[in-house]
Amino acid sequence: MNAKWRLRLFLVAGAVFLFLYLAAAKNLPAWGDYRGPYGDVMSSLSVYERHATDVVNAIDYDYRGFDTLGEEFILFTSIIGVMLLLRDPKPKSGTKDEEGLSKTVKVTATASFGLTLIFGLYMCTHGQLTPGGGFQGGVIIATAFLLIFVAQNMKSFKAITSHPLMEVLEAVGASLYALTGLSALLIGVPFLTNWIPLGTTGDVFSSGTIAIISASVGLEVATGFILLSYTYLEEILSGKGEQ
Amino acid sequence: MKVAAVLLLLLIAVSGFMVVRTRDVTAQILSLSFYGLLLAVMFFMFQAPDVALSQIVVGAVALPLMVMLALARMKHHEKVKAARGKNER
Repeated sequence: MNAKWRLRLFLVAGAVFLFLYLAAAKNLPAWGDYRGPYGDVMSSLSVYERHATDVVNAIDYDYRGFDTLGEEFILFTSIIGVMLLLRDPKPKSGTKDEEGLSKTVKVTATASFGLTLIFGLYMCTHGQLTPGGGFQGGVIIATAFLLIFVAQNMKSFKAITSHPLMEVLEAVGASLYALTGLSALLIGVPFLTNWIPLGTTGDVFSSGTIAIISASVGLEVATGFILLSYTYLEEILSGKGEQ
Repeated sequence: MKVAAVLLLLLIAVSGFMVVRTRDVTAQILSLSFYGLLLAVMFFMFQAPDVALSQIVVGAVALPLMVMLALARMKHHEKVKAARGKNER
C-alpha cells in the first residue's frame, strides 16, 4: 500500500470517526452533571466529619488512608530499586559539564526556582484546604531542584541532591505516614484513625492527621523524586559504563 | 462549555495521533510533553484540579525527561560501542 492510498484510508476512517464522535457528543449529559451517590455524600460529609475542605485529600489520606499508605510504599520501594540498580558504589569525583544552554534559559530557571519551591511547599502544607496535597507538592518541589540543574550545572545540582540528608528525609517521610497510623493504636483506636483534634475548618492546622500525612507524603515524594533524578543524571553524565 | 470540552477532546486525539506519527525521536518526546500538557488542561476542565497538577509535573516534565535521559544513555552507549569496534579492527 503506497502513501497515497494510506492517506485516503486515513481520511475515510477519520471522517467516520468524526461523525461517530460528534453523534456521541450530541447526547452527552449536561455540563457538571453527576449521577453517582458517593461524590455528593462525601462532599457534604467531609467538611462536617473531618474539617477538611479538599474532599479528595480527605478521602486519600483518611477515609481510604490504608490504600494510600500502600501506594506510597510502592513509590518508596521502586525508588530504592532504581537506586540499587544504577548507583555507583564509589562515585567518580569529576563530572564533565557542558556550557549547553543559553543565558535566557538559565536566568529564567534561576528566577523561577524560589517561586516553584514556595508553591510546592504551599501545596504540601495546604493539602487539606485546597486542591493539591502531598504528592503534587512533592513533585513540584522536586521540579524546583531540577531547575537548578537547568540553571546552573550538574555540580551544584549534585552538591544539593547527593547530600546524605536526602535519603534520611525520604525514610522519615515514608515512616511518618506509618507512624501517624500507628499512633492511633496507642490510644486504643483502629489503625490510621483520625484521632488528633480537628481544629477550625479552613485553618492550616486543621483536619487532624490529614494535614500531617499530607506533609509527610510531600516530604517523601519530593526527596524520592530528587534522588531518582539525581541517580539518573549521575548515571548518564558521569559517563559510567565506558569501562 | 460542552462544545469546548468536545473540541478539547478532539485536540487531544489529534495530538496523540501526532505523537505516534512523529518519526524523529527528540521531536517525538517534545510532542509527548505537549500531549501531557493538553491532558492536564483536560483534567482541569473536567473539574479535577489536583489530578491536573500532578499531570503537569509527571506527564509534561518527568516522563519526557526520563525518556530523554534514557535515550541519551543509549546513544552514548552506541557511540562507545562503535569506537571500541573500530579499535579492534
